[in-house]
Amino acid sequence: MDTAAAMKSVYEQIGGEPAMAAAVEVFYRKVLTDDRISHFFEDVDMERQAAKQKAFLTMVTGGPSSYSGRDMRAGHAHLVKHGLNDMHFDAVAGHLKETLEELGVAAPLVARVLAIAESARADVLNR
Amino acid sequence: MAKVKHESRWYPLESGESVLDGLLRQGVSVPNSCRAGACQSCLMKAVRGTVPEAARVGLKDTLVAQGYFLACTCRPPEGTELEVAGAEALRVPARITSLTLLSADVLRVRLVTDAPFEYRAGQYVSLVRADGLARSYSVASLPREGELELHVRLLPGGAMSGWLAADARPGDAVQLQGPVGSCFYVPGRPEQPLVLAGTGTGLAPLYGIVRDALEAGHSGPIWLFHGARVPEGLYLRDALRELAERHPQLHYRPCVLAGGSRDVAEGSLDVLIRTECPKPVGFRAYLCGDPQLVLSLRKKLFLSGLSLKDLHADSFLPSAPKAEVVTNSPAGVR
Ligand SMILES: Cc1cc2nc3c(=O)[nH]c(=O)nc-3n(C[C@H](O)[C@H](O)[C@H](O)COP(=O)(O)OP(=O)(O)OC[C@H]3O[C@@H](n4cnc5c(N)ncnc54)[C@H](O)[C@@H]3O)c2cc1C
Ligand code: FES
Repeated sequence: MDTAAAMKSVYEQIGGEPAMAAAVEVFYRKVLTDDRISHFFEDVDMERQAAKQKAFLTMVTGGPSSYSGRDMRAGHAHLVKHGLNDMHFDAVAGHLKETLEELGVAAPLVARVLAIAESARADVLNR
Repeated sequence: MAKVKHESRWYPLESGESVLDGLLRQGVSVPNSCRAGACQSCLMKAVRGTVPEAARVGLKDTLVAQGYFLACTCRPPEGTELEVAGAEALRVPARITSLTLLSADVLRVRLVTDAPFEYRAGQYVSLVRADGLARSYSVASLPREGELELHVRLLPGGAMSGWLAADARPGDAVQLQGPVGSCFYVPGRPEQPLVLAGTGTGLAPLYGIVRDALEAGHSGPIWLFHGARVPEGLYLRDALRELAERHPQLHYRPCVLAGGSRDVAEGSLDVLIRTECPKPVGFRAYLCGDPQLVLSLRKKLFLSGLSLKDLHADSFLPSAPKAEVVTNSPAGVR
């Protein structure tokens, strides 16, 4: 990887918004079929749910995101009350990794995304 | 306290109360049906004051620009002063031209409007009776046909369906509001496979969409699944079979839970769909009718590879009961 590529966000390197739209569907299918976490993602309004996941994927790939740690905290508070814990977080991180790998994202970039996701753990779990 | 002005009188709203509930509670008549932001029967216009964003979700830009909002999802914050008017300007006078039973419990209602009424086959309208009773119905006709056609399922004790079945007569005046919804055929990819599925009168919009697609020259396979509990619940079978004979790309698959035969599959709709369309990647889907069914089919089709942008659905939400008490929804449930 040259320096210019290293400076670019993963979001840009994998193709920006159109790539994100494809990634969201792959990721959403994974979480919906995982019995450990699917109940956190069930929503009558699938478009709304997909939009939330797109915001999340955009953030962890370093794309243009207005999501702050505070939003993360507030957005997950009611789920934490319903039992959201490390096991669930790990499951979601696992699906994130698989999604990126399936889309052909290079290993070092996947690692970078996972590191960003990891840094959100405390906010997501409201610790 | 928020308050709402309607026809030169102010009505106070209780904390968290919707404009619709507040007005109804104080004796103002406002057409309404689902009370869940889906049917758009309760459209009102804000003449002065601001309406929360949530009350405009799903409205066309042209309606938003004119100040329209949904009274059932409009809960103005404390201190709001809102001046509102009814949506009479959006309603088109219409007359019933015929009432025909298509099966034991499905009534075909045909109407003509007194003014031009533009719609896309598959969209839905609010049918408003002279006294303000409003219910949503999907349009089964094509715009070029002149008359509008609705398929109304007769429900025991149903306010609108009961009236249509027993008391309404050709010539009766009603009003139509709308059209609403994005469940319609969009030309442009004639080879894309389509899957259309619905139960009961969920066939109404699909009957419009399928004919619209064929007339637009759709050449890819079109799968039409119609489900009912028993064979008597299916309707328009002959018409659809003839349509399929004339158009080899159309595959019409009626299906019942009990009493299947050589022509009618037996079993649940989603199993039949999975058998006929095992890999619907790249398909476009239209799902209409019973809300539970629509929800579960939507999820199943998405999981089997259909893209969200290709999924179009209309849930036939029932009308909400009248004596609704304003409850605080439990935390975490939305
Ligand atoms: C977007 C949209 C499109 C619609 N399109 C159509 C359509 O094309 N054709 C059509 O027939 N209907 C359609 N509906 C439903 C329709 O708007 C009315 O809810 C329905 O006709 C019942 O009205 P009613 O006044 O006859 O009965 P109501 O007086 O509203 O209800 C009578 C009783 O039946 C119960 N009930 C209501 N719905 C059902 C149900 N599905 N199953 C069992 N019990 C029920 C009620 O709880 C009540 O106890 C649509 C709804 C929506 C939101
Ligand atoms: S949208 Fe308000 S009553 Fe249906």
